[in-house]
Amino acid sequence: MKVIYTDNNATTKVADEVIEEMVPYLGQFYGNPSSMHTFGDQVGKKVTQARMQAAQLINADPDEIVFTSCGTESDNSAVFSALNANPEKKQIITSTVEHPAVLNLFKYLRDKKGYDAVFVPVDKQGHLDTDMLYDTLSDKTAVVSLMWANNETGVIFPIPEIAKKVTEKKILFHTDAVQAAGKIPIDVKAANVDMLALSGHKIHAPKGIGVLYVKKGLTFHPYLIGGHQEKGRRGGTENTVSIIGLGRACALAARHLPVMDARVRKLRDYLQDQLLEKIPGATVNGDLENRLPNTLSIGFDAVEGESILMLLDRENICASSGSACTSGSLDPSHVLLAMQVPFKSAHGTIRFSLSHYNTREEMDHIVKTMVPAIETLRAMSPFWKDGKMV
Amino acid sequence: MWNYTDKVKEHFLHPRNVGELEDANAIGETGSLNCGDALKLYLKVNENERIVDASFMTFGCASAVASSSALTEIIKGMTLDEAAKITNDDIADYLGGLPKEKMHCSVMGKAALKKAIADYRGVQILEKPGEMVCECFEVTDLEIIDAVKENNLETTEDVTDYLKAGGGCGKCLDRIEEVIASVKAKG
Repeated sequence: MKVIYTDNNATTKVADEVIEEMVPYLGQFYGNPSSMHTFGDQVGKKVTQARMQAAQLINADPDEIVFTSCGTESDNSAVFSALNANPEKKQIITSTVEHPAVLNLFKYLRDKKGYDAVFVPVDKQGHLDTDMLYDTLSDKTAVVSLMWANNETGVIFPIPEIAKKVTEKKILFHTDAVQAAGKIPIDVKAANVDMLALSGHKIHAPKGIGVLYVKKGLTFHPYLIGGHQEKGRRGGTENTVSIIGLGRACALAARHLPVMDARVRKLRDYLQDQLLEKIPGATVNGDLENRLPNTLSIGFDAVEGESILMLLDRENICASSGSACTSGSLDPSHVLLAMQVPFKSAHGTIRFSLSHYNTREEMDHIVKTMVPAIETLRAMSPFWKDGKMV
Repeated sequence: MWNYTDKVKEHFLHPRNVGELEDANAIGETGSLNCGDALKLYLKVNENERIVDASFMTFGCASAVASSSALTEIIKGMTLDEAAKITNDDIADYLGGLPKEKMHCSVMGKAALKKAIADYRGVQILEKPGEMVCECFEVTDLEIIDAVKENNLETTEDVTDYLKAGGGCGKCLDRIEEVIASVKAKG
């Protein structure tokens, strides 16, 4: 049975073009890009090209691109660099809905390193309480780290506006743009961010490769200390194959932005409208307007997410859930709780995240599977009777 | 994905005895929407205290549904005295085992059964006897003591796996550790 993959905020298919670009460098061209000889240097030239492609996706200069091993490393490197640059400042600010790469790092810094970590809340739509953020900024603030777009709901924070206010106060601003990249336009110059994290495997490159954008002129303190690679900003021999793949993926992502905005958005809206029309007691989580074009987080009253996923899995449909049971934790996702999504639908929340590989037929098949799945689960739920919650 | 046995998957996809039982004369309810799983167990008990029919309504994950289904299959035909001896391990064993983190699903089955039996016999069970330890999942010290003894639990993680207690905000983890220690001290 063909797989219907709508879990692209978790990871994406590696594009055929990306694989094609990578294969020669996995075998034939294994040289070290730092070597003096032509054999190694030809790989070096390819890495330079990839750096340019990555820079173009976010309107950076190639020198501002540091290749890392993943989004998490990029986030950690950015925050630690900011702390090392400001050893006397002990306040750090983020939001309650961040990815664990930032959220747990901040909790660690609070619990083990004595930092005053502030977690700025969001409202029911997932909007950041920017008033509270601005009120909290002080001469003690070492760094503000905020996600550009949320992985679970797709809600977009107004990063250019926030970065302007934060950096005006000479406070370092980092953004985790792992989910935003390739889905909405990103312009680091216009947005005025100091640092920005990207991840390859969310934009059809392989896993194990990330990017950290570091603004020109910023004093950067490396996280991995070693050789001269990445201009001394990240030691370790370059992951040349993946860097080359990532470069190609960035070029493709830039080209696909209009497709994301038009066709993928339309598919997502179609799926959303169909599910809302055919299934009573369903609610979309997050701001409908300010949202990534590919993401749909939808909660179903009186049923539990893991059970829905198991029924989708029978049809080879891949999605994920905001429920506790799938993650091993017992509470629903911290993002949904922070948005005060009621428990009645938080436990039954499913996230569909699309890519340009998805089709209308696939959306129809998801709807055709979801309708009876929810009916079956509600038929055995003690909280559902005669078409409504009890 | 959870490492569910084929039997768990089969009981989830084809649950036995789903729905309200029209002529039930004993009902046991446990869990809540907030907790993420809930079970309502219906029994029909004859004049010899034998369970002639059983059914369930469950909100929860695949292992919660499968545990409920298994429970109804196990107890049908038993006397109430026999059913009262069923442990959560019996439910898990019937399904070929449950992932450790999902043991609370079998505990939920046992709790609903206990309540249904008390309901039939007209015994009043205090809703939550003992001192509340976990506010998130409303678990008392007496429930923790029972689970620790019955399943020989060692750590706070074990208690969370079996009762969910401590799995929310985590504020009660120290208290849970004290309760475990007190049980162990008494042997």
